[in-house]
Amino acid sequence: MSEIPISWFLTLSAVLFALGVAGFLFRRNIVTVFMSIELMLNAVNLSFITFAYYFKRVDGQLFAFFVMVVAAAEAAVGLAIILTVFKNRATLNIDEVDSMKN
Amino acid sequence: MDSFIVISLIKVLVVFAVLMTTLAYLQWVERKVIAHIQVRPGPYRVGWHGLLQPLADVIKLITKEDLLPSYVNRPLYILAPFISVTMSLLAISVIPFGPRIHVDGYSTWMQLTDLNIGVVFILAASSMGVYGIALAGWASNNKYALLGGLRSSAQMISYELPLSIAVAGPLLLSNTLSLRALVGTQLGGFWHWNVLRGPFPQIFSFIIFLIAGFAETNRVPFDLPEAENELVAGFHTEYSSMKFASFFMAEYANMITVSCMATLLFLGGWDAPFSARYGSSLVPVIVFAIAGLILLYHGVNFERKRDQCTFPVFGVIFLLTAAFFLLPVVQEWLLPLFWFCAKTGAILFAFMWIRGTLPRFRYDQLMGFTWKFLFPAAMLNLLVTGFLVAWF
Amino acid sequence: MDVILFLIFAIIAVVCAINVVVQSHPISSAISLVGVMGSLAILYLLLGAEFIAAAQVIVYAGAVMVLFVFVIMLLNAGAEVRKGRSLVVQLLGVPLLIAFLALVAYFVQRLFPSSVTVRFGGFTGGTAQAIGRALFTTYLLPFEITSILILIAIVGAIVLARKEMD
Repeated sequence: MSEIPISWFLTLSAVLFALGVAGFLFRRNIVTVFMSIELMLNAVNLSFITFAYYFKRVDGQLFAFFVMVVAAAEAAVGLAIILTVFKNRATLNIDEVDSMKN
Repeated sequence: MDSFIVISLIKVLVVFAVLMTTLAYLQWVERKVIAHIQVRPGPYRVGWHGLLQPLADVIKLITKEDLLPSYVNRPLYILAPFISVTMSLLAISVIPFGPRIHVDGYSTWMQLTDLNIGVVFILAASSMGVYGIALAGWASNNKYALLGGLRSSAQMISYELPLSIAVAGPLLLSNTLSLRALVGTQLGGFWHWNVLRGPFPQIFSFIIFLIAGFAETNRVPFDLPEAENELVAGFHTEYSSMKFASFFMAEYANMITVSCMATLLFLGGWDAPFSARYGSSLVPVIVFAIAGLILLYHGVNFERKRDQCTFPVFGVIFLLTAAFFLLPVVQEWLLPLFWFCAKTGAILFAFMWIRGTLPRFRYDQLMGFTWKFLFPAAMLNLLVTGFLVAWF
Repeated sequence: MDVILFLIFAIIAVVCAINVVVQSHPISSAISLVGVMGSLAILYLLLGAEFIAAAQVIVYAGAVMVLFVFVIMLLNAGAEVRKGRSLVVQLLGVPLLIAFLALVAYFVQRLFPSSVTVRFGGFTGGTAQAIGRALFTTYLLPFEITSILILIAIVGAIVLARKEMD
């Protein structure tokens, strides 16, 4: 009984990914949307490492490592963009940044 | 299996008790050292030579009114000191204080647990400690606290970079991340210690690690975020009584962690500087005996009336400790512990010495120092170390 | 024992993830996301990825999320105000999500029957040595490219966030 079926890890990854998608689609605050993206990336990392265990190779863990690095770079640039948008629009609500609409 | 659990529980209790006492008395040592640097006696009246001062401080802090202001963000306000203290104490759980000891048929290492990622575990625990400060600054709903919290967190994450890169230097020489094995590669005398050995002695790494360690623990000269005359006590402005004590405990525990890491990574951990053939087992005896004799001398030629009875008592205690070190039955575990504590204590003394000596950096000087000087210096050091290790 | 650890940290991860999506103030979402990353790090330890677990805490939870917390504190934008959600979204949103999850869980269960299990200590190839070796031999090109990517990100962030020089 001290063995965990591997499908549980993959299901957990799917649940976290779905929650990330929900946050991405339903929230209006740009920082929260960004955090939902990070949640999706974390869910995918869990999948990678689960498959690294399944195939008994370390390559899956390296992919998770690269995902982590790219996410860090993306967070840095994305937050700088958010700061600039806030400086110009004084709002963090993505519904109000619509001057190019129509 | 249950002897493992019982032994682990005993080790946890011993380490916890010793750590809490050390934290309290480290503050006493700091006040005495800084006082003597400033040519004044320091805590003197509460108990002999202020030795009961930490007890008085603890009683004061516990019995003070524990304010919960109405305008703070309540969950984060209460969570922040917890995070600080937990992460600082977590890092101490993997530090090896000595070699394998054999007591009563059971043998165990003088370490709570050994992870084969021990070094990065300590780095991870100190990375998470930043949250305690950032959240304390935010939750206090006070502009001074927010500024202090932001500055302190920015300083801590900026100085984590040269810290990690300076740590990578001795790791290249020792080839392991486990702290127990790290000390194992440095055994045999001070020329095997990472600070002096191998293709490239890690002296620059040591200095960079100590400077980054000062900044990580918010100590002078990097203590602008919590300086009293700059920011009204910075991120812990709104905290009182036990929560304030938690932040202070976390700061001293961080100091102890940084000193222990420096000892383990650079100074050979619990290894004696020269082998027992040349008498390294007599060094503690000589040190304590000389200390005892000096105290007895000052007890006889006393300056203040009180010293007439306090100094001789301490002198006798020190001489008895010196005699205790001569017993062969305790030498197996007491001598490595003495060397570990001596090295860590030397680095902690350096922390306090510098606090009493240097003025503090301005915030932009502080950040410029890390990004423009310390980080490139650490990278250059790592480059040279890697090159020389690969070549030889 | 492994099952208990998995269940505890999986439940913490899911509860914190729901918190990220549901909370109105961004700072609570950020702290919950740190909780998710911490529990995921423990799950990585169960799967034998010890170095990646430590890297997750140091890089992701200890640096990227601190960056998020900084930006939220600096912008100080307050809790989100809910307004104008269409009825279709409110009625269909959560059921469609649950349908998607049920589909994925079904396919995962078909592909990986319960006989394929994870045991703590089943995979010992996740040490720092193994990762370092693979990183500098097989995956050298992605490693170098991500270094340049980080350099680009640093320069980009500085250029975007600096004051205009007049």
